[in-house]
Amino acid sequence: MLENDLLAKIEKAGLVGRGGASFPVHLKWQRIKSLSNPKKYVVCNASEGEPGVKKDFHVLKNFATEVFKGMLLTMDFLGSKEAYLNINQNYYRELKEKIDSLVSICQKKGYLINIFEEEPSYIGGETGALLNAIEGKKTEPRSSSPSPSITGIFGCPTLVHNVETFYDVARVADGTFKSTRFSTLLGVKNPGVYEVLNTQKITEILRETNNYPDFAFFVQVGGGASGEVLTVEQAENRELIGCGSIEVFSIETKPQEFLSKLFSFYAKESCGKCTPCREGSWQLKKIITELEQNNEIPWNKISPIIQAMDKSSFCDLGRSIVLPVRSYAKNILGIEV
Amino acid sequence: MSKMVTIYIDEQAYQVEEGKSVLQIALENKIDIPHLCYHEDLPIEANCRLCLVESEGKTTTSCTLKASEGMKINTKNEELVKIRHENLSLLLASHQKNCPKCQQNQPCPAFALMQKYGITGEEYERKMLDLAIHKMGSAAEFDPNLCVRCGRCVNVCADIGINFLKIEGNGADAHLTHSEDPKIDCIYCGQCTVHCPVNAIREQSHLKQVESVLDDPDKIIIAQMAPSVRASIGEEFGLEPGINLEKKMFTALRQLGFDKVFDVNMGADITTLVEAQELTERLKKKFADEKTVLPMFTSCCPGWVKFLEFYYPEMIPHLTTSRSPQIHSGAAYKTWWAEKAGIDPSKIVVVSIMPCTSKKYESEMEKLKFELKGLKLKPVDYVLTTREMATLLKKNQIDLPKLADSEADSEGEYSGAAAIYGASGGVMESALRSTARILTGQELPKIDLEEVRGMKGIKRATIKIGDKEVKVAVVATARNARNVLEEIKKGKTDYDYIEFMACPGGCIGGGGQPLTSTHAIIKKRIAGLYDIDQKKNLRRAHENPVVQEFFKYLATKPSLAQEILYTNYSAKKKFE
Repeated sequence: MLENDLLAKIEKAGLVGRGGASFPVHLKWQRIKSLSNPKKYVVCNASEGEPGVKKDFHVLKNFATEVFKGMLLTMDFLGSKEAYLNINQNYYRELKEKIDSLVSICQKKGYLINIFEEEPSYIGGETGALLNAIEGKKTEPRSSSPSPSITGIFGCPTLVHNVETFYDVARVADGTFKSTRFSTLLGVKNPGVYEVLNTQKITEILRETNNYPDFAFFVQVGGGASGEVLTVEQAENRELIGCGSIEVFSIETKPQEFLSKLFSFYAKESCGKCTPCREGSWQLKKIITELEQNNEIPWNKISPIIQAMDKSSFCDLGRSIVLPVRSYAKNILGIEV
Repeated sequence: MSKMVTIYIDEQAYQVEEGKSVLQIALENKIDIPHLCYHEDLPIEANCRLCLVESEGKTTTSCTLKASEGMKINTKNEELVKIRHENLSLLLASHQKNCPKCQQNQPCPAFALMQKYGITGEEYERKMLDLAIHKMGSAAEFDPNLCVRCGRCVNVCADIGINFLKIEGNGADAHLTHSEDPKIDCIYCGQCTVHCPVNAIREQSHLKQVESVLDDPDKIIIAQMAPSVRASIGEEFGLEPGINLEKKMFTALRQLGFDKVFDVNMGADITTLVEAQELTERLKKKFADEKTVLPMFTSCCPGWVKFLEFYYPEMIPHLTTSRSPQIHSGAAYKTWWAEKAGIDPSKIVVVSIMPCTSKKYESEMEKLKFELKGLKLKPVDYVLTTREMATLLKKNQIDLPKLADSEADSEGEYSGAAAIYGASGGVMESALRSTARILTGQELPKIDLEEVRGMKGIKRATIKIGDKEVKVAVVATARNARNVLEEIKKGKTDYDYIEFMACPGGCIGGGGQPLTSTHAIIKKRIAGLYDIDQKKNLRRAHENPVVQEFFKYLATKPSLAQEILYTNYSAKKKFE
């Protein structure tokens, strides 16, 4: 297939990145293609870090051949011969045989695919941090400028896609692409990863997968930590955006319990580089852990920390805390934070 | 030259270089933006998140923001101030409780920041990690529980060429630690201490010991100040770098209760002569085609010597066997002066004031002790850094810049050649001034050796002494030292004499100097030192009558001379 033909098809299909940011794939491709550097890298990111989310694993387990095909097509488009698979080490352990055999097939065709086993963490899947890790540096984010597309691994332009995006590329090339995506469903009768239509509303997804709860509930959508919290009414009118996950919570869930889940995640996953995320997340966890049961949530203490994390964290991890906390407080508790 | 653009900070226009850091522009224009991890000579980490400004409706760190035409920046909006305050409270949580300086009501840079921005340090309680204070030899130490993980020490350690320090762990467990690599060791230069904004890495303090001997009426306390201290201590009192305060320091030292005020500069003149003599001998052998080890390396910087002993022990024979200035003068005062003054040497306590942390390590060396009347004596008992001296003065309410001038006691006399010891190239220049005299009986036709001066990391020159050419190099920092040593190992060079210093710019940029120390500040201090040399009547070590008298005293005591003038070296293991 002609390169530009594939690019046009990708644009027409409306492919967007499946890591969570939903950046149009064809734009990323064009940008890197236009650079004259002799060496360019491709990175396949399969190290999702939001709690409970397992769609990267699902894609690799069921569609590894397609993923590798997508990678090779991407490499051909960019004229690159070397790629990295940044993979959660637990996933790799489980899928080693299949992946190794695909790597060796690629090698015979003249493509070098390096396996980078990521120690399971949120930050290990963050673009700048994973590039640092691949280079042998501390796994912590990079400054947003220059972008990895310009200066990625070892100073070379680097195209980073989520594993699902490569699967989509292969499907577009094969003419089998449907406007669907994968989503992890949690807190439901039949938890797991489902293929859903991009246009489906959240509640529709729950119904169609036979997961609509028989109790009063709210949902967290787009990541088990950083996702937005919605009421059932809001979920009726929302499509799935961001990271592919829907988590259902009973309306009886205690605020302390819900916030504790969130704050513990951020305290554990902060890489420690910047002040607001490192210190702030730890203080939040401390505040919620030390709170006696059934006491009021001390929003006056939580709020300035959340604000500092939102406005001044180095990377998206720290900044992302504001959405779940504010949407939970507003939509579920009726409090403006 | 880069393009100039106009930017607007709080509606005021500034003409600046395109692409320059907005924080740097603000600092140069005295616009107040709090900052902690930023240092103009180091890579931008942007992790403290204090230097926030608003640009195009977005909150961003000014250190990473690059000036572009027409850029509008707000440094003062209410939200910014609030977030900076929050981050500062988070960052310096429990600082005072953990800071040994703050505990003793001594000024610490973090405390100044807290006062300025109204932080108590008790807004939050810091997560305490079960980690001990790590001692770097007897020079410096770091407390991971005081560290704010700004990374300045890690970056400066890498910049110097050592890579001993690193940050490990995630989230609130991220902490400062050191390399476990058996091939990497700290050289005690203390650059980390002069780049730590919160006193987490600091010198191992001798303040308490010095205060206690100053209170002891049975002791004779001698103060001796290194060349560099006089040109930098004013910074601790708000003066510009490079202002020579030696005469005020002499007054201050007497006010503090020192019995005698001498000078490490006198020791520098001794070192120059011992070293020049040795260089002359090695050069004579070379000129006579006899076997000798060249290039000869200087050895007055203990950080550099530790570097060579650890990383390049096979090159130890290149080191001059001369001891260093503070060790020379310390022993001179405890022997020659003590005898002259009729004082029991065991009652003498010598306190050096140095711009350096590795001088503390040097003062503790067993091998430098000398025997006198059955006693083993240390040439120098305690070493205070420039910072510690400033603390001592402030504790005693001595406002240094306001003091009257006075002179050192007569045995503190020194030449201009000693004054420039503090600057990279100064030891070389001093030694060559005297080598010329010893080798040819004549003085150098031109006393100022401009070729070996300045901040460049490696300076190379060929100096004509009589009808011979002497090839020299002057090297500052371990990174540059490594490059030059590798050149020598590969036989690419034919130097005769090389000066090595661990710190950028030499001792004047030392690890014991006032904070903040930047290359720009170091340059100003250096100018102060050369100015002292220019104004001296005596400009060569061999012209110093005090040193001549000391050598005359030693002439009849060859074994004592051997013991207090020379030293030896050995390969070092990690942490040794």
